[in-house]
Amino acid sequence: MTMIFGIPLMVLFGQLMLGLINGAFYALLSLGLAVIFGLLRIINFAHGAQYMLGAFAALLGAQYLGLNYWAALILVPLVVGALGIVVERLLLRRIQHLDHLYGLLLTFGLALIFEGTLVNLFGVSGSSYPIPEALSGGFKLGFMFLPTYRAWVLVAALVVCFAVWFLIERTRLGAYLRAGTENPELVQAFGINVPLMVSLTYGLGVALAAFAGVLAAPLYPVSPTMGSNLLIVVFAVVVIGGMGSILGAILTGLAMGVIEGLTKVFYPEAANTVIFVVMVMVLMLRPAGLFGKEA
Amino acid sequence: MATALEKTTTTDGAAVSPASEEQLCLRDLNAWYGESHVLHGVNMTVRRGELVTLLGRNGAGRSSTLRAIMNMVGRRSGEILIKGQDSMGLAPHRIAHLGVGFCPEERGIFSSLTVEENLLLPPMVKGKGRQKEDGARSGDETCGMSLDEIYALFPNLHERRNSQGTRLSGGEQQMLALARILRTGADLLLLDEITEGLAPVINQKLGEVLMMLKARGMTIVLVEQNFRFAAPLADRHYLMEHGSIQEEITAAELPARHAYLHRVLGV
Repeated sequence: MTMIFGIPLMVLFGQLMLGLINGAFYALLSLGLAVIFGLLRIINFAHGAQYMLGAFAALLGAQYLGLNYWAALILVPLVVGALGIVVERLLLRRIQHLDHLYGLLLTFGLALIFEGTLVNLFGVSGSSYPIPEALSGGFKLGFMFLPTYRAWVLVAALVVCFAVWFLIERTRLGAYLRAGTENPELVQAFGINVPLMVSLTYGLGVALAAFAGVLAAPLYPVSPTMGSNLLIVVFAVVVIGGMGSILGAILTGLAMGVIEGLTKVFYPEAANTVIFVVMVMVLMLRPAGLFGKEA
Repeated sequence: MATALEKTTTTDGAAVSPASEEQLCLRDLNAWYGESHVLHGVNMTVRRGELVTLLGRNGAGRSSTLRAIMNMVGRRSGEILIKGQDSMGLAPHRIAHLGVGFCPEERGIFSSLTVEENLLLPPMVKGKGRQKEDGARSGDETCGMSLDEIYALFPNLHERRNSQGTRLSGGEQQMLALARILRTGADLLLLDEITEGLAPVINQKLGEVLMMLKARGMTIVLVEQNFRFAAPLADRHYLMEHGSIQEEITAAELPARHAYLHRVLGV
């Protein structure tokens, strides 16, 4: 059996793949956080809960409405994103003139409400969501076995991340968004409906979280706490990439997933903390993050 | 002192219409930033094709007047008519779509956008041109300027079109800030301190551009500290102090009031 640094090649690549899958989720979630923070200047603590709502909506849709995976992948982000727009219109907009800390507290409260409601209704134990027929099985690559669904998750996440990056960095709409992050008042004075843009941006960020939730449903147990477990890592990823940086969120998400995966191989005890160690180092050396703009 | 309604010609000698031609009319405009009362009953009228300046010392309320017109202050009372339409209840983006272009004092160049992206950012607010009095669509003179026209006017911007906006010199940034609103088709321009901190040669260029815009029929409200720059351009001047209009001086009256203005403005 081929070994690298005393580690069997299959184990190494297996963990690398797992790391990339986790990284894809980190990228999707931190991208949503970055988009929201960029324009609204709100640290969206409800992001983990909105990811969980995506997974739960797919699960409940399958159980009660017979919604298949592919339909869920399209409909759930739209529905949860629309819920996000309602939250922005009814709650976040009312506190937009206050210190950003209030936004953090409000979204933290929302996360507790979403989680608590679902814990009351369904308990804390996880439920399983089946892998769709078309994505079951896997490929024998010689050096590793690649499950089809995991490969799909990676591809889907990368495509969505690229699409969002393209939207923000290469289109007129994205230029509005980028300008709006710098000076929303002036952008509005130019004739752009900034309040609508803010609502849609929050909806987009929430929809990305819900999309990640649907992708995650067949991989991880669907439970009300699945988002809160992930959120703290995603925040670390956002800090490392640079708050509000779109490219930083995507690349750092993937890189941190890989680093975490490789740490599991070489020094498993540190796997849960390695991302936070990186975060501390980045904060010490480059406080604005790897891709953030220095103040 | 001549009143706004008495005046019948611009410095170009072009005919100026009566009240129906009013592009901007402020009546008893008050504005507040939080608890701070910054405008105290501002009254002014600007007619189509006029270039009017707001003169005054720092803190007189000139920039606040422009920001109040754009609904960019905390609270307002009074009346603002833009082309005859009451704009008091309108959000800033709706005001822009009445054909108003605002160029802020701080220039507002977006660092995350290139020069060309900055130019293309503001949407067309009057893309099909202004309705003429006979109902026909007017031609190029009221449509927004094309990128080619803007680059012809400001060749520096063309050379640096792929640079980040904030990497330009102060003069180039000011040209960009002005050019940005010319593309939108706005025909009522609110320009705040566009010559601040710029070299005389840049000011001369900006002055030429303003004259060209005026010749195209644009209406311009210019907040300006640089009296020497503003004096030869304007049809009328409003002198502001303590958040209200103290006096209106026409271009014809200006030579006789030079000494007074120099004393009041501290120039």
